[in-house]
Amino acid sequence: MKKTLIIENLHVSTVGGKEILKGVSLTIKQNEIHAIMGPNGGGKSTLSQVIMGHPGFVITKGKILVDGKNITKLSPDKRAKLRIFLGFQYPVEVPGVNFANFLRMAANENKNKNEKISPIAFRNLIKEKAAKLAFSEDITKRFLNEGFSGGEKKKAEILQMSLLRPQFAILDEPDSGLDVDALKYISKTITNLDFPVGLVVITHYQRILHYLKPDFVHVLIDGKIIKSGGAELAKEIEKNGYEKIFNNK
Amino acid sequence: MDMKKSSTINNQYTYGFHKPEKSSFKTPLGINEKVVEAIFSYKNEPLWMREFRLKALKIFKQKKMPSFGPDLSELNFDKLCFYNSPSNNKFRKWSDVPKDILDTYNKIGVPEAEKKFLAGVEAQYDSEVIYSNLKNHWEKLGVIFTDMDTAVKKYPELVKEYLGTLVSVDDNKFSALNSAVWSGGSFIYVPKGVSVPIPLQAYFRINAKAVGQFERTIIVAEEGSFVHYIEGCSAPIYTNDSLHAAVVEVFVKKGARVRYTSIQNWSGSVYNLVTKRMLIEENGIGEWVDGNLGSKVNMKYPAMILKGKGARGELLSLAYAGKNQYQDTGGKAIHLAPNTTSTLISKSVSKNGGRASYRGLVKIAKGAKGSSSHVRCDALLLDDKSRSDTYPVNDVQEQDVILGHEASVSKVGEQQLFYLMSRGLDEIQATSLIVNGFIEPIVKELPLEYAVELNRLINLSMEGAIA
Repeated sequence: MKKTLIIENLHVSTVGGKEILKGVSLTIKQNEIHAIMGPNGGGKSTLSQVIMGHPGFVITKGKILVDGKNITKLSPDKRAKLRIFLGFQYPVEVPGVNFANFLRMAANENKNKNEKISPIAFRNLIKEKAAKLAFSEDITKRFLNEGFSGGEKKKAEILQMSLLRPQFAILDEPDSGLDVDALKYISKTITNLDFPVGLVVITHYQRILHYLKPDFVHVLIDGKIIKSGGAELAKEIEKNGYEKIFNNK
Repeated sequence: MDMKKSSTINNQYTYGFHKPEKSSFKTPLGINEKVVEAIFSYKNEPLWMREFRLKALKIFKQKKMPSFGPDLSELNFDKLCFYNSPSNNKFRKWSDVPKDILDTYNKIGVPEAEKKFLAGVEAQYDSEVIYSNLKNHWEKLGVIFTDMDTAVKKYPELVKEYLGTLVSVDDNKFSALNSAVWSGGSFIYVPKGVSVPIPLQAYFRINAKAVGQFERTIIVAEEGSFVHYIEGCSAPIYTNDSLHAAVVEVFVKKGARVRYTSIQNWSGSVYNLVTKRMLIEENGIGEWVDGNLGSKVNMKYPAMILKGKGARGELLSLAYAGKNQYQDTGGKAIHLAPNTTSTLISKSVSKNGGRASYRGLVKIAKGAKGSSSHVRCDALLLDDKSRSDTYPVNDVQEQDVILGHEASVSKVGEQQLFYLMSRGLDEIQATSLIVNGFIEPIVKELPLEYAVELNRLINLSMEGAIA
């Protein structure tokens, strides 16, 4: 059971009672890359938020396990402490909160007293990592996501992941709205992460998968994974669309 | 005889301790001619001050309570002590200050702060200023920084020239009350061209139960001068209410600049009803940085009267309303001359049933051509029990002006909390970050030690709010 994220027969509804996930099961091991594809409204974002513990959803059945520990009822911060990370599709702006201070606070949450990183060392670390993502402005001086362009927001999520060093990360559409160059920088950062991580990448496009080379591709439609396969499945989707897969299942 | 911390009433208020009540002279409860006469004779004041006080008392009796804002009906003048002097003496050395009073200021950290980053300090304990000191360097340049009682005796002509000219005795019921029973407060005079780059600070402390503090402050900044004055306030936690009704008059002459920073952290049993006004002449700059964290009921609207061409006024107002608190704050800008500008920025945070209101007035008089005013008020609500209102009034009598007004009310959102918590911060840390981020534009204007203290206070009260 070591180093696995297991999603077991997960049924999820909104607080209002509308069922969104209707029995999703997935097993993610460290160093694996899983891609989840599927049409809009199929439940991809809900799945990512539920794994992180969003309070706006109700798990009616099933569970989520990390290294054998049931995390289904844990609050988001407790999940983060088990080193789960969610890269948001729409990162939230928090005015007046310095990006670097916030991230250092978060990074130090997981550390023992004598391991905590100093503000100066952390700033240097951010600058070094940010340079690899080609941020044009000094991100350590900016407020958390405030006034960031669409591309900067996506890059900043990947930057946060590279500094928080999770053992499992769910990236919700890290590629949507990015230009070709930004996509390259992001993909490169993800493939060159200097720590072992199990990745779940939610995407609409084959493009990012060309760089990331997923081990598994899953198709999530109407709250269920209707098909799983290797990287070739993503190419098939790109070519034929979801309808054909849905009809052939 | 130890200090007591009233942890049962409110475990977050750090300055809630009190010392045994001490007085060398105290008037009986209530207010009447006898009380006013007693203050006058005890202080051994010149005769003109007797007239000033007695006239003010008459006006106080005639004036009605404010017709707007918080309910003041529980404020009982008959149950308050209007004058309580802790000591017959004023001191220039902390080592001479009576021990229990010194203990109080040590606990708040005033002597320490003076050594590190202040040009002068004044400390008022109940009705009287107990300590006052201005570093030699500034004294030699002709700067005056003393308590108002000393100023009345030492510089009567200067005091007469300014006292009550900006906030008249009959301005409102509490300006009249203050004029009748005033005691203590600061008198600052900065000569032409002199700049005091490090702040002067006054510290106001109410110690005795159900006592009123009525300090009177005048700041005169002559042509081209600069001064930054900071005041801090705190009090013990009592179940009997206290009253703080100050009057502050600030005169900013041609090309001068005055910054007045106030951090009010009275305990939850204090009514804070204060009249503050600045008169800004040609090309002068007047700034209010007004932090309101404490008190039960707070009514404070610092005003800027832009009298000379090109005068500038800026108000940064912060209000924090917790349980059983009503912060009615805001500001006023009166444009009387051409090309004057004002900025009023207000931020309020309400939690645990607290109520915060912005009450503002912008008046642009006929002839104040080319003037502009910008008003922005933002409110943050931490729960459904809390409340925020805005009451802005604009009175514009000139065509050629720019007037901008923006207002927003937001709640700490589920998405923001989820986002921060997903990075490993617990709910308290996440909420504190959001609140501190919200008030950041004002906090960054505070001297560093105050900014740190403010963030610490907010974090402390968040713990109480959520846990």
